[in-house]
Amino acid sequence: MNNDLKNQADELAQVFASDMVGAPTGVGRFGEFGGMFVPETLVPALHELEAAFRDAWSDPVFRNELDTLLADYAGRPSPLTRCDRLGEQLGFQLYLKREDLNHTGSHKINNVLGQALLAKRMGKTRLVAETGAGQHGVATATAAALLDMECLVYMGEVDIARQELNVFRMRLLGAEVTPAVSGSRTLKDAVNEAMRDWVATVEHTYYCLGSVLGPHPYPWMVREFHRVIGTEAAIQCRVALGAEHPTGRPDVVVACIGGGSNAAGIFSGFAAFPEVDLVGVEPAGGAAIGHGIPGIVHGMKSYLMQDEFGQVSEAQSISAGLDYPGVGPEHAHLADSGRAKYEQVTDAEVIDAFQLLSRTEGIIPALEPAHALAWVVREKESLAGKNVLINMSGRGDKDVGQMMEVLGDTL
Amino acid sequence: MSASDLLPFQASLEARRSSGGKCLVPYLTGGLPGWELMLEAVASAGADGIEVGIPFSDPVMDGPIIQESSELALAAGATPPGILDGLSRLDIGVPLAVMTYVNLVYRFGYERFADSMVKAGVSAAILPDMPLEEAGDWCGAADAAGVQTVMLAAPTTPDERLLRVVERCGGFVYAVGLLGITGERDSLAASAKVIAKRLKDVTDLPVLVGVGISTPEQAAEVCEVADGVVVGSAIVRRVLETGSPESVADFVGSFREALDKG
Repeated sequence: MNNDLKNQADELAQVFASDMVGAPTGVGRFGEFGGMFVPETLVPALHELEAAFRDAWSDPVFRNELDTLLADYAGRPSPLTRCDRLGEQLGFQLYLKREDLNHTGSHKINNVLGQALLAKRMGKTRLVAETGAGQHGVATATAAALLDMECLVYMGEVDIARQELNVFRMRLLGAEVTPAVSGSRTLKDAVNEAMRDWVATVEHTYYCLGSVLGPHPYPWMVREFHRVIGTEAAIQCRVALGAEHPTGRPDVVVACIGGGSNAAGIFSGFAAFPEVDLVGVEPAGGAAIGHGIPGIVHGMKSYLMQDEFGQVSEAQSISAGLDYPGVGPEHAHLADSGRAKYEQVTDAEVIDAFQLLSRTEGIIPALEPAHALAWVVREKESLAGKNVLINMSGRGDKDVGQMMEVLGDTL
Repeated sequence: MSASDLLPFQASLEARRSSGGKCLVPYLTGGLPGWELMLEAVASAGADGIEVGIPFSDPVMDGPIIQESSELALAAGATPPGILDGLSRLDIGVPLAVMTYVNLVYRFGYERFADSMVKAGVSAAILPDMPLEEAGDWCGAADAAGVQTVMLAAPTTPDERLLRVVERCGGFVYAVGLLGITGERDSLAASAKVIAKRLKDVTDLPVLVGVGISTPEQAAEVCEVADGVVVGSAIVRRVLETGSPESVADFVGSFREALDKG
C-alpha cells in the first residue's frame, strides 16, 4: 500500500471510530437529542426500517448497487472546484464541493437513491415525501420514476407558489404533488402531512424523509446516505491542498442548515479532526439553533423555534429549503458539544452572495448554499489566508424566477 | 391492583362496565370560545369521562376537524395553563383526561404539568406522540404525582409489544381503531374490533376504541367487543358547525342511547 492510500485508510478508520458523527445511542440519541416521538402506529414501522437499513448497509450487494447508481446515474463523485477569482477577492482559498452538479441539481439525490433502493428491498410500492424548495421532492420523484414506484409529494402551499418550476418537474416525472394547507403552509406543514399520510398507509408505503430529521432511524440513516459527500471531499481536499500541506485538510468547512442534511454529509468527513472548524449557517428567520430551545416535534427532540408554551413558530426565510423551525438532532448535539458552531445570515446577505458567486465564478448557486457563502463573505477578515471549503449543495436554476422578482431592474 | 387504579377516570369506566354498560368518552378541544359550557353540556349527556384536548400547533395524529378546532382555539388564545386553570374551576361531575402532544408537556415541565393536572382535578393524560420508547421520563413524573397515562395500542402493534403497552398503561387502553389519523369514516374499520379483541385478551383495563368512530351505530358495533368508545371528530364537527351546547349534547346523547341499547 502506498503512503497516500495508507493515510486515507487510517483517516477513514479515525472518522468511523469517532463518537462525532457515529452511530446514535439508545433509541436514536445524539447526546440528549433525537429519539422516536411518533404515534404508536408508526413505531413498529420504524423498528422495521431500522432493521432493514442495518441489514442493507452491511450488505455489499446493496452498497454496490447504490454506489453504481450514484456513479452512473447521479454523476458521482461530484467535483471539488477551487474558486480563484472569488478567493482572491475575499483573501482566502475557497473550495466548493459541487453537489450542485449532481443529477436533479442538489445533494438530495444521494439520500433518495439510498432510501428508494431500501424501500424496494423492503417490498414497499409507494413513496411519500415532504419537500420545501422542491429539491427533495424532485429527487424522490426521479427515484420513483427510475425504480417504477408510485410517488406522492407534500409541499406547502406557499412553497408551491414560489417554486413552481420544481412542482412542474415533479409532475413531469410522474409524481403527484399535494399542497399542505395548514399552519405556515411551508416545509414544517409538509412534514406533518407526510407523517399523517404514512400513519394511514404504513403497510405498503415508504416515507422517504428528506433531511436528517424526524424519528430514529431517519437522522442517522439520512446522514449515512450523505456521508459520501464528506468522504469524497476529504480525499479531494488532500489532493487539492498538495503534498506540502501538513494535514491535507481545510481549516474551515461551511454548510447551510435547514434540517441539516448537506451539512451532516460534509461534516462527516471532517468531524473526527478537531483542527477543522465546522460551521453551519442558518437563515436568521429560521435559526433553530440560534433562536430555539430544546423541544419535541416531528418525531425528534432537538432545538426548535417555539413560543413560551411550546407552540412551534413559523420560520421566515427567503429560501424555501431552509424555511424550517427545527433542525436535525445531531446538529443540536454538535452545537451543544461545541464541535460545530452555528451562525446566521440575513436574506439581504444571501441575495448579495447569490449574485457574487454568479458573477465571479460563473456558478449560480441555490439560495440555500448561498447562505454558507454569505457567511464566509461576512467573515472574510477572520478567514484571511485560510483554506475554506463550502458545500455547494444545489444549483440556482430553481431560484431564478424568485430572484427575478427580488432583483427586478437592479441588474 | 394498586391504589392508582382507583383514580376517578378509570373508576368511572369500571363502574359503567361492571354495571353491564359500555363506556362513552367524548373528546372536546379545550380553549374554543365557550368550551366550558360545551363540557358541562356533554357531561350531562351521558359521558363516563371527557377527554379535553389542549391544542398544539402541529397535531400529526389529527385529521382536518381537530386541526381546525386546534387552530381556532390557538387563535382564541388557548394555552395549556389557561385550559388547566379552566378545568380546575369546573365542577361537572364527570372525570377528566387531557389529550395533548408531548412538546407542550415537555415545555411546561413534566413534573409541573403532572402537578397542575392534579390541581385541576384531571386524573389521566393521553399523549399520542409519546410511545413506550419515550414514555419513561413523563411516566415517572405522572406516577409520582398520581396521574395515569393512557397508552395507545395500534393495529400495527405486534403481540409481544401489546403486552408491554398495557403493562405501562393506566386509566384505560386507547385502542386505535384503524390505520390513520383522527376523523370521521363512513363505516367501522374491520381493524377496530380486531384490535379491541386482541387487547381484551391481554388486559383487565377498560378497552376503548377511538379514531374513526363517527356514528352511534359504529359505536354500538365496536362495543360488541370493546368496553367503550372515544368519539372526537364527529362531535367536534358539530361544535364547530353549531356552536350550540344543546345540539352537541343531543348528539352525544344519541351515542349514549345506542350504547345502552347494545
